[in-house]
Amino acid sequence: MTSIGTGYDLSVSTYSPDGRVFQVEYAQKAVDNSGTAIGLRVKGGVVLAVEKIKHSRLLVPHSNRRIMTAGKYIGVASAGWMSDTRHLVKRVRDEARSYNDVYKTKIPASIIAERLGMYVQAYTLYSSVRPFGVSTLLACMDRNGPQLYMVEPSGQYVGYRGCAVGKGKQVAKTEIEKLNFDNMSVREAVKEAARIIYTAHDDTKDKLFELELSWVCEESNGLHEHVPQDLYDEAVQYAERSLDEDEDEDNEMEDDEDL
Amino acid sequence: MAPLKPGEVSMGTTIMAVQFDGGVVVGADSRTTTGTYIANRVTDKLTKVHDRIYCCRSGSAADTQAVADIVKYHLALYAAQHGEEPTVKVAASLFQEICYQNKSTLMAGIIIGGWDKVDGPSVYDIPLGGSLHKQPFALGGSGSTFIYGYCDKVYHTDMTREECIEFVKNSVSLAMTRDGSSGGVIRLAVITEDSVERMFVPGNELPSQYLG
Amino acid sequence: MDPIELRLPHTLQRPQATSNHEPITHSTEPIVTGTSVVAFKYKDGIMMAADCLGSYGRMAMFRNERRLMAVGKTTLLGMSGDISDYQHMQHTLENIMTQEYDMDDGQRLGTKSIYKCISKIMYNRRSKMNPLWNSYVIAGVDSGEKVLGYVDLIGTTYESPTIATGYGSHMAQPILRKVVEGREDEITEEEAVKIIEDCMRVLYYRDARAFNKLTRAKVTAQGVEITEPYSLETNWDFAESIVGYGA
Repeated sequence: MTSIGTGYDLSVSTYSPDGRVFQVEYAQKAVDNSGTAIGLRVKGGVVLAVEKIKHSRLLVPHSNRRIMTAGKYIGVASAGWMSDTRHLVKRVRDEARSYNDVYKTKIPASIIAERLGMYVQAYTLYSSVRPFGVSTLLACMDRNGPQLYMVEPSGQYVGYRGCAVGKGKQVAKTEIEKLNFDNMSVREAVKEAARIIYTAHDDTKDKLFELELSWVCEESNGLHEHVPQDLYDEAVQYAERSLDEDEDEDNEMEDDEDL
Repeated sequence: MAPLKPGEVSMGTTIMAVQFDGGVVVGADSRTTTGTYIANRVTDKLTKVHDRIYCCRSGSAADTQAVADIVKYHLALYAAQHGEEPTVKVAASLFQEICYQNKSTLMAGIIIGGWDKVDGPSVYDIPLGGSLHKQPFALGGSGSTFIYGYCDKVYHTDMTREECIEFVKNSVSLAMTRDGSSGGVIRLAVITEDSVERMFVPGNELPSQYLG
Repeated sequence: MDPIELRLPHTLQRPQATSNHEPITHSTEPIVTGTSVVAFKYKDGIMMAADCLGSYGRMAMFRNERRLMAVGKTTLLGMSGDISDYQHMQHTLENIMTQEYDMDDGQRLGTKSIYKCISKIMYNRRSKMNPLWNSYVIAGVDSGEKVLGYVDLIGTTYESPTIATGYGSHMAQPILRKVVEGREDEITEEEAVKIIEDCMRVLYYRDARAFNKLTRAKVTAQGVEITEPYSLETNWDFAESIVGYGA
């Protein structure tokens, strides 16, 4: 960001001489500061997981959800400003509803991603508005099977097998790339998602966090819902165990060095 | 539902659509009247709204043309936006939305028939009030009242393409000869995954029947 | 709750008054119609039935219409009147239930809330001089309490242990008053089925818009169960001996 302070970063309606729109990149920064959010698309469904960082122990558990539902079967997970997220989720809900009002068919993932993408993109065009400080993961099952999209503050939207945003995205992406998507059940994906969030979590920076897990799959009848409590507990156990094992391995390696 | 205005052109009409394994046969007579004067004796009441989706129009000619044109536009838009063909259900839902929301000003009874890769062949009926009914076969227009009994007796669920064509020809012909507002020629279209085949029976070559 | 507005593309807009001189007029006549709905409370919940006919005037045009539906998991809705308006209501309710699901607040719309919601929609529409031409029967078990309510095109509502709409209010209601009233907590499911089938049979015999193919439903604390369409046994044996018109 060498051009900071040169005056080309004050408005989305001004390009910098090297063709960048800094306000959009700053919006992306807001996303990068957020707790990690990931999505995994496997054969039978899509799993969303979020590392919800808690600023206080006084917060009520499960409040301020970062995974929300739109039109019953679309899962929306986000990283970035929660206030912006709520606005975008409302938009997704409105789009899903109006599509259903006209076509009497549930909106396909590609269309909802396109419409949200177009909406977000419009906020990168005018000096009177600020781009959204949110990256949104959209998960749903449609006629073409499970679908996962991510819409970024620039308005760019892309479909993924697996994706990650927020603070821990580098770690998470590395972990996601190791997964074998073709031979993974949705239940396994839930556990992996939990593990990845736990792995990406940085205990030194943020002590408190809450794991949010949701899915859209055959087991949920195509609806988007929080994963059942027993599976949630199993996933958390699995995640904690994997972390412990990693630590053990690290310790062992250290021992080796001592020898 | 609005009554016809003085001088408005009405399609007294017999229309029908029948589903078979692999496609749909739609059929119609060709008479358009203003009162008792036949304004057009060779009307085409089978209107293409998308590649594999047709509608059969009855009621006010002006209203049904306008509605079909709007739906045609929306289906073209749908195909462009989605990058795939709309389903017959989507087409029927668009028709229904217009017919229902404008029920006080429209005089339109529409049957939608077609083929799509999600549901295969399907037939939908939208009578005057704007309700939507999915059916294995549908009849419409003033002439249909004369042939319900015949159709209920002859129709069976596993008819072949050829049986359906004969069924439509016979039914429409019977209606045309008993209904003053139906007549002329029989137009048919067979809609399948691979093609839409249009057929025609001239008014002087209708299937034989008792005319005494 | 916000009024439910359909948002349509510009070519699908609903009609506006074309000039300042012309008032907006609304059609006020049902086209495709369903006849009676019969319902009453019994021991475990509420039993309801309606036939499968969609009449087009006096023509029995659509003979496979479903007029009973579940709203959510615990509410049962029965409809008589115009079927296009019913389809509109179904869509409206679908939107409301979606909104409710998305809210994700752990709350569920109970039968009483849905009943109120439908009542408000009906009253709202009649107040715009554009009623939904229906009578609705809403049933469910809401926090352990059996609820059975009625609302019609004028927005009139009432709750009662026995409800019958249309022709049913003339022919089934007297039967239900006699057999059910005061015994709402005694009648077994088996007896309830018999009672409702007796009512539907009488309606089939005497209502010229009725049809011998019906769906029956029950709603209990466990939820809604709707049967597949079936027919009732009827009896015409005594007719054979009737010759001439008497006197």
